Amino acid sequence: MPMPRFAVIASVAVAVCAACTAQPVAPDAVPARASFDPALIAKGAQLATIGNCQACHTAEDGRSFAGGRALESPYGTFYTSNITPDPDTGIGRWSEQAFARALREGLDREGNHLYPAFPYEYYTRLTDEDIHALYAYIATREPVRAQNRPHELRAPFNSRALVGAWKALYFERGAFRPDPARDAQWNRGAYLVNGLGHCSACHSPRNSLGAEKKDQLFSGGVAEGWHGPALNARSPAPMPWTADELFKYLRTGLDDVHSIAAGPMEPVVRNLARAPEEDVRAMAAYLAALAGPPSAERRKRADAALAQAKTASRANGRGAEVYAGACAACHDRGREAGSGGALPLELGTAMTIPTSSNLLRIVLEGIAPPEGERGRAMPGFADALTDAQVRDLAAYIRGEFGRAAAWTDVDEELKKIREERK
Amino acid sequence: MISLNVNGKTEEVDADPATPLLYVLRDHLQLNGAKFGCGLGQCGACTVLVDGRAVFSCVTPVSTLAGRRVTTLEGLGTPGKPGRVQRAFIAEQAAQCGYCIPGMIMQAQALLERTPHPTSTEIRKQMSGNLCRCGTHMRILRAVERAAREP
Repeated sequence: MPMPRFAVIASVAVAVCAACTAQPVAPDAVPARASFDPALIAKGAQLATIGNCQACHTAEDGRSFAGGRALESPYGTFYTSNITPDPDTGIGRWSEQAFARALREGLDREGNHLYPAFPYEYYTRLTDEDIHALYAYIATREPVRAQNRPHELRAPFNSRALVGAWKALYFERGAFRPDPARDAQWNRGAYLVNGLGHCSACHSPRNSLGAEKKDQLFSGGVAEGWHGPALNARSPAPMPWTADELFKYLRTGLDDVHSIAAGPMEPVVRNLARAPEEDVRAMAAYLAALAGPPSAERRKRADAALAQAKTASRANGRGAEVYAGACAACHDRGREAGSGGALPLELGTAMTIPTSSNLLRIVLEGIAPPEGERGRAMPGFADALTDAQVRDLAAYIRGEFGRAAAWTDVDEELKKIREERK
Repeated sequence: MISLNVNGKTEEVDADPATPLLYVLRDHLQLNGAKFGCGLGQCGACTVLVDGRAVFSCVTPVSTLAGRRVTTLEGLGTPGKPGRVQRAFIAEQAAQCGYCIPGMIMQAQALLERTPHPTSTEIRKQMSGNLCRCGTHMRILRAVERAAREP
């Protein structure tokens, strides 16, 4: 019931918006590069890889950190901002105090509310030392003159006062609180996953106003047209994740018995490849604990999937024909086949999740590293297969490998992706 | 029997429906322009056009092509009368060993059919899925630019 609820929020917004504006932080030129300790800048650089800062704050083919990347949302399109230290168009007049306030409170230097597309809900948990290092890193990037592009949001979401009301309702400010009952690695992982890493932003469901459903954290969410699979006990992965497998995946985007990183996860793993190893291990340990050990029933299903992957004999039908000619050359050979060997689809995740979006995006667009970079690749079939053939293939893969009831959203998702590609 | 439209001609082929188009082109129709490189849709040597779009023929099952137009290198011109993109590749001497070149030409053809005057970024983007192990990329890019300039 989005509308009545929205009316309530709007009236709250009107009531409190006078009180929810904030004072500006006085403009202050960012300190010169020489004034920062190189070790501090290096630490900030590593932290920034965990925060995935560059992926969002860099447009396709754009200059690093100069913003302009479009983020589609149910409320319209957000354009990320220029966070290079350019004084006029970037954050070159932001003191560390202003920078820290943006991360912790979701306010820009002038005191305007920032949309939570900037994940301050998570960054609010950062320690002083980490913010200090991040500031040193960001403040010493090359300044790029690039005017911020205004967001294109539908009314009433284009009102910043409304963001103040949203924050009053949903935003919990506050530092990370370690759990003394857990060990240091778990706590480090929890700090990184729930703070800088903001994993939950894409892997948790949200309500109609874009706030996380706190009782369903990590139960699966949405990111840029992709489904972010559940990371908790509801994980749809046919093979339950272990901490070692998670570490390998987060570091390289590839693990022997799981799907490769695709879509918005691709830049995440590319960044984590450069993060401190022990930090990625801690994140993996935390995430493995979050899902918990697999139930006996799940273990049994995993063993069955693994056995099936080794002894596959495929059914017939139009979808099976497409699969045999287009997919099997790689996917039936298995990862052990070396170059070109791809995951047996019995072990993949895209075919087990509630929506067909990920499978269709992978089939149509393929998987490719950014131009000029190394990475995993799968060819896209958008121009090779007609819509009817993609539908047959999706139905076949869902039944044969996902072993689940047919998807009902294939036509809708297919149309959406074809539109985006025009 | 599967009926195919290749380079404007209707061809009847006796093949398993899952057979990759590349095998049918080379083994059944003796159209040897498209090359077998990796067989995995990763190198682009087998690129042909389907309804004007570049596809990897090594991972395109022949059964998916009913009612669609397939164009191969042979459909662009002949040794005596090469097509526009082929002429540009010859003029720029883009080939070293030449194995990737048929795929490169078809990829460039697909680009120019949709975007007659591409920017250099558009050219690089379009050609990025086709690999050349000899390293003649700069000559290939020049050939595509030349083809875009010529009538």
